[in-house]
Amino acid sequence: MFGWEFPPHNSGGLGTACFGLTRALANRNIEVLFVLPKKVGVSASFMNILFADERRVKFHEIETTLKPYVTSEGYIRERDKIFSDVYGNTLMQEVRRYALRARDIAKKEKFDIIHAHDWLSFLAGIEAKKVSGKPLILHMHATEFDRTGGQGANQEVYNIEREGMLFADGIIAVSNFTKQKIIERYGIPAEKIEVVHNGIDECDYANIPDKLSELKRAGQKIVLFAGRITIQKGPEYFIRAAKRVLDVNPNVLFLVAGSGDMERQMMMEAASLGISDRVIFIGFLRGDDLSAAYKIADLFVMPSVSEPFGITPLESIIAGSPVLISKQSGVSEVLTHALKTDFWDTEDMANKILGVVSHRSLWQTLWGNSREEVKKITWDAASKKCIDYYEKIICECGVASDVRYI
Amino acid sequence: MASICFYFQVHQPYRVKDYRVFDIGNDSEYFNDSSERSINNKKILNKVAGKCYLPANAVMLELLNKHPEFKISFSFSGVFLDQLQEFSPETLESFQKLVATGRVEVLEETYYHSLSFLYSPDEFRRQVRMHREKIQELFGVTPTVFRNTELIYNNALAMEVEKMGYKGIIAEGADHILGWRSPNFLYRPQGTENIKLLLKNYRLSDDIAFRFSSKDWADFPLTAPKFAEWASQVNGNGNVINLFMDYETFGEHQWEDTGIFNFLRHLPEEIYKHPDNDFVTPSEAIARYEPTADLDVHNYMSWADVERDLSAWLSNPMQHDAIQSVYKLEEEVLATNDEKLICDWRKLQTSDHFYYMCTKWFQDGDVHKYFNPYNTPYEAFIAYMNALQDLRLRVVGHPSYAKKVKVRELP
Repeated sequence: MFGWEFPPHNSGGLGTACFGLTRALANRNIEVLFVLPKKVGVSASFMNILFADERRVKFHEIETTLKPYVTSEGYIRERDKIFSDVYGNTLMQEVRRYALRARDIAKKEKFDIIHAHDWLSFLAGIEAKKVSGKPLILHMHATEFDRTGGQGANQEVYNIEREGMLFADGIIAVSNFTKQKIIERYGIPAEKIEVVHNGIDECDYANIPDKLSELKRAGQKIVLFAGRITIQKGPEYFIRAAKRVLDVNPNVLFLVAGSGDMERQMMMEAASLGISDRVIFIGFLRGDDLSAAYKIADLFVMPSVSEPFGITPLESIIAGSPVLISKQSGVSEVLTHALKTDFWDTEDMANKILGVVSHRSLWQTLWGNSREEVKKITWDAASKKCIDYYEKIICECGVASDVRYI
Repeated sequence: MASICFYFQVHQPYRVKDYRVFDIGNDSEYFNDSSERSINNKKILNKVAGKCYLPANAVMLELLNKHPEFKISFSFSGVFLDQLQEFSPETLESFQKLVATGRVEVLEETYYHSLSFLYSPDEFRRQVRMHREKIQELFGVTPTVFRNTELIYNNALAMEVEKMGYKGIIAEGADHILGWRSPNFLYRPQGTENIKLLLKNYRLSDDIAFRFSSKDWADFPLTAPKFAEWASQVNGNGNVINLFMDYETFGEHQWEDTGIFNFLRHLPEEIYKHPDNDFVTPSEAIARYEPTADLDVHNYMSWADVERDLSAWLSNPMQHDAIQSVYKLEEEVLATNDEKLICDWRKLQTSDHFYYMCTKWFQDGDVHKYFNPYNTPYEAFIAYMNALQDLRLRVVGHPSYAKKVKVRELP
C-alpha cells in the first residue's frame, strides 16, 4: 500500500483515512506493507507503535520531501530549504524519483495487490505493477478538480491521474460524488470504479479534554470551521454566512481552525465586513486540540465547494457537535442526520446556523440522531468492501492460486 | 349481517414555505410558497384534485346512482375546505354533489386538523364549533359523529365529545388495546353513558390503503370478489367492518394504473353478492347496533405508524418544543382579536407540521419520508420556528397587546 503519514502527524484527512483503513484491514487478517514518504523527525518506529500488537503491518519509508496536498510552488519552496542534491528540482521530478524508489521496493517484497492513495503515489503504484505484474488499485480521495475548486487544474497532475486510472486494474472512489467526477472529467468507465465510503473509529476520540471552554462563559454560541483554508474548503462562504448570522444575533462566535493559502485573504474579508471581533482564526489544530474545538462548538460547518468525502463532520459528531455540510460532499451520502446546504447559498447557511444556535431542541435532536448514525459508519465496513474488491480484481486479473499469498 | 362502513379522511395542511430567519418581521405570509416544491399548497391541491378527488368523486357518484343502498362517509378538515374554496371550487362542488345524495355522511373534526385536545381543551372546543359551522355552511348538514385528528383517542376525549353532544366517536382498532377482542363490534368508551365507539378494522382497511399494489404481498393482486369474500367471513362474528382510510388512497397513494378505481367500481356489487351484507354510515351503525362492552383506553392511541401512538408528532425534542411554543401564545393571540393573526396561529397548529419534524424513521425512507415535503425534518422545524417567531412579533407589536401591557403596569 502506498499511503501517507498517520495521525497525529498528518496534515489532513488523507492520513486519517490511510490509518483507519490499514488498521481495519489488519484486523481482518490482511497483511499490509505500508510504503510512505520519510520525513525528518518521524520514523517507522512511531508507526509501529500504533500497531503494537500487530505483526500484520510493516512499514517501509522512502526519503522524500513529498507530502499530501503539496502544490508545485509549495514543493519548490520546501525543497529550497534543504541542501541536498538527492531530491528532484520540481514536484514532478520528485514524484518520478519517488516512483523509482518504489520500484526497488516492489522488486524485493512479496504481495498480491497494490493499493495506492491519491495522485502523488500513483506513479509509484504504476512502477510497482510494472515490475511485479500484480494488479493495481488506485484510491481516489480527491481529484485535481476538487483540490483547485474547479479553477486552474494542473494539467500534469490531471495527466497522472487520468493515465494512472486508465492503467490501473481497479479504482476506488470515496463517494458517488467522486465516482461521478471520475466518469465525467476523466472519461473512465463507471464499471471500473468501486465506491467505498470512508469510516470513523470512535475509539480514536475518547477522553477529549475540556479546553477552550472559557469561550462559552459569556453564554455565546460557537460555530466552527475546521479545514485547510483553501479554495476547495469554501472558507469565504463561511465568513459571508457569519456576517449574515451576526446581523441577526451578535452573540455568536465563529472559529476558523486551519491554515492555508487563503488565510490572510479571509482575515481581510472578516475585517472588511466589520466582524473581526466575532471571527477568530485559531490556526492549524490537530489531535486533542481539534477534538476540543469540536466539543465546545454548537455547530460545525463544512462549506466545501467540492468535497470528495470529508471525515471532519464525522469527527465533529463524535466529539459532540452536530454538523451543517455542503451538498457538494461525499459525506452527505452517508449522513442523513445533518443539515445540508449548497456551498454558495450563504443565506440558507446563515438561516440554518441561526436555527441551531436559537433552538436547543434542534441541537439535541440533530446531534442525538447523528451520534447514533455515525456508529454505523466504520472503517471496518470500509475495509470489508475493500477486501471484497481486492478479491474481485485479483480474480479478474486471472491470478492463479499458486502464486497468491492471500 | 355484516355491514361495511366506509369513512374517508380528506385533509390537506397549509404547509409552511421555506421561511427564513431573515423574513422575520418582513413577511407575514407563511403559507404562500409558489415554487415547484411540494410545499406549494396550491400546486399540491390541484395535483391531488386531478389524480384523486375528481376521479374518485366521479366513481363514488356513479356508485351512488347505480346502487341505491350504497353509503359512504367523509371527514373533511376545515383547512382542506378552505383550500378547495381558494384553489379548486369545482372539486368542492363535486363533494357537495355527493353529500346532496343524502347517502354520504359528513363527520366532525377540529377545523385545523390539530392536536388541540392535548394542549388546550378550550381551543379544541372552539375548533370543533368552527368546523361544525363550516360543514353546515358548505353542505347543509350537521355532523353527529366525531373523529379526532389522526384518530388520536382516549377515554378523556370520548367523555369530552359526549359532553359536546355527539352520538358516536371513531378510533383505531389497535391490537394493544383490543387484545383478543374484535374491532367489528361497537364499544362503550369507559366513563361514558351514551356515546358509542367505532373502531377501524385496520387489517382490511390497510389491505386497500397500503397493500393494494404491493407485489410482495401474498394476496396480490387484490380483486373486488376476493375482498368481498374476506368481508363476508366476518358474518356471524361481528356487526360492522369499519374501513377507514385516507381518501388519497384512490389515485394518489395507489395510482390509477394499479387498478384501484376499477376495484372501487366493482366492490359494491361484489359485496351485495353475499345477501347478508350491506353498507352503512357511522351514524346508521350507531343507531342499529348496541355496544358489546366497555373499552378502556387510558393512554392516547392513534392510527399512525406501527406504534399507533403519538410518536409520529411528539417524540423528539424539536416536536415538543414547537408544539409547546405555539400553544404558549394562545392567550395573547386571542386577545388581539385580529382575525388574520388568529387564523395564521391556528394554521400553525395543524398536526402535519409536527409530523414533518419526525426523525423516528427518517433513515429508513418509509412513509414519513414519502409524506415529507421538506428535505429533512430539521428544515421543517427551522421554517416553522421562524414563522412562529414572526407571529410572536406580530402579537407583541399589535395595538391591543401594548394596551394590555400598560394596564398591567398600573399600580
